Amino acid sequence: MDLITALTIFVLAVFVGIEIISKVPPTLHTPLMSGSNAISGITLVGALLAGGGFWAGFFGFLAIVFASLNVVGGFLVTHRMLAMFKKKK
Amino acid sequence: MIDNLFNMLLLAKQEPLVESETVAEVVDVATEAVSSFSADSWANLGYLAAAILFILGIKGMTHPRTAVRGNMLGAVGMLVAVLVVLLSGNVVSWPVAFVAMLAGSAGGVWLANTVQMTQMPQLVALFNGFGGIASVLVAGAELIKVSNPGVAGVAAGLTGLIGSVTFTGSLIAAGKLQELPQFKKPWSFGGQQFVSLGLLLLGLLLSWMMADGTGVEFVFLVLASLVLGAMLVLPIGGADMPVVIALLNSYSGLAAAAAGFVISNNVLIIAGSLVGASGLILTQIMCKAMNRSLANVLFAKFEASGPVADADDVYAGKIKSTSADEVAMLLEGGQRVIFVPGYGLAVAQAQHAVRELADLLEASGVTVEYAIHPVAGRMPGHMNVLLAEADVPYDQLKEMDEINPTFSQCDVAIVIGANDVVNPVANTDPTSPIAGMPILEVSEARTVIMIKRSLSPGFAGIPNPLFAADNCLMLFGDGKKVLVDIVAAFKEA
Repeated sequence: MDLITALTIFVLAVFVGIEIISKVPPTLHTPLMSGSNAISGITLVGALLAGGGFWAGFFGFLAIVFASLNVVGGFLVTHRMLAMFKKKK
Repeated sequence: MIDNLFNMLLLAKQEPLVESETVAEVVDVATEAVSSFSADSWANLGYLAAAILFILGIKGMTHPRTAVRGNMLGAVGMLVAVLVVLLSGNVVSWPVAFVAMLAGSAGGVWLANTVQMTQMPQLVALFNGFGGIASVLVAGAELIKVSNPGVAGVAAGLTGLIGSVTFTGSLIAAGKLQELPQFKKPWSFGGQQFVSLGLLLLGLLLSWMMADGTGVEFVFLVLASLVLGAMLVLPIGGADMPVVIALLNSYSGLAAAAAGFVISNNVLIIAGSLVGASGLILTQIMCKAMNRSLANVLFAKFEASGPVADADDVYAGKIKSTSADEVAMLLEGGQRVIFVPGYGLAVAQAQHAVRELADLLEASGVTVEYAIHPVAGRMPGHMNVLLAEADVPYDQLKEMDEINPTFSQCDVAIVIGANDVVNPVANTDPTSPIAGMPILEVSEARTVIMIKRSLSPGFAGIPNPLFAADNCLMLFGDGKKVLVDIVAAFKEA
């Protein structure tokens, strides 16, 4: 993939992001933040592909640990929060 | 299905129905296209599916009814992306990957399930930091593999810069939110902005040099950026935390997107930029709620442009303090009561006590509502999460614009641990540091009860003339204890 393609994807995705989050009710500010934070753990994909050699493997290992903490913890805690909003009535 | 299509194309190629060169040519091209679908193309298709799930997920998260589903769609997207990698056969070491994922996931499950709702701001900050450092490590690991990185090197530099700032910034923010004594006071020194600016420029320069860089530049870059992250967050005080948390959230996404440039991976770029955009929007909402620009929050001190009124002059002899019994009596005679929660509510953990009082009031026919200022608390939506934990129905939580016109029809407004967000000076004194900040117009209520430990000023450091207003009664004490007392007094009466 060349730089321009990557840049195109990046810029378009930023626009998509801005468009889909037009109006967020304050109740959802925290869940949106922690849920989207979990998505930023996508770097896990990169972490899984890392490796080859001691240091690269070591960095990769740590990256996988941190990223999966971010992903699993983030989605779960968001779910817990949203369940709390739900349970009345 | 794709196999069928493939066979049909093959058949068509062998026995063309139409004797035509062009058809044969088209078929040729199509056959080639499908058969040339490499493992890479399949992986990218999988990433595309994940990216779509992320977009639908985040969109879902912006509406109360679809939020749970949105979060799940996001999680499924993540699962798809991870499965694609695992199946791609590009995982370097299975045992390492497996152990690391297990360890990280176990930690995540433990944190998500044990943390209390009042600790949510620091947990979100912590997860942010983890995401940031993971991206830095990914960039570092990739750099080791490549000898002459070129553009990928510059991207790795930017990943190191943004990711490291996110990491230390988030950890310090989490420390402040946890109220660790080391971070309690905003910390700064003269010329700090210039040091930060210098570090930022150094980071950018090193990123540029990474194009034909070795690992050495990267190490320096990461070290400089770690310091920069600390420098940026240390001077920031509690009331500005919502902005900082939202901004760091955005950074963690941008770091992932930059890492995507390093390893040429679409799904990292797309997911990262979605998060970056959503964080930026939240940041903007928070800034608007304080009527301050982002630059002002990050770099400027909270200072009055004119002389700050002396607290003694403002309060002199005009403060009326009250008791729990008196408040209970007032409440009994009321028809509409509005609670105004602030950060003090979170500190006193008084959300359950509020709920108990609200239940009693409702049982005796009083209408109860809650007025939520957008930057009340320490993270976007903090008060909503806190009150939800105490089972307060969310249709009773009113946004500022909705509730402000109705304060005049309110018998008693009870302000718990909020100060600057109800300070009328924001409307009356154009030289005040909070001038122009939208506030909750509690002074319009017939009676205002301020539950507060003392007359000490809020974050902005200015006295609040509301305390001295004719219709304002001060009820000094710890928020939770005072509320419990009111509940007891109300039951007796």
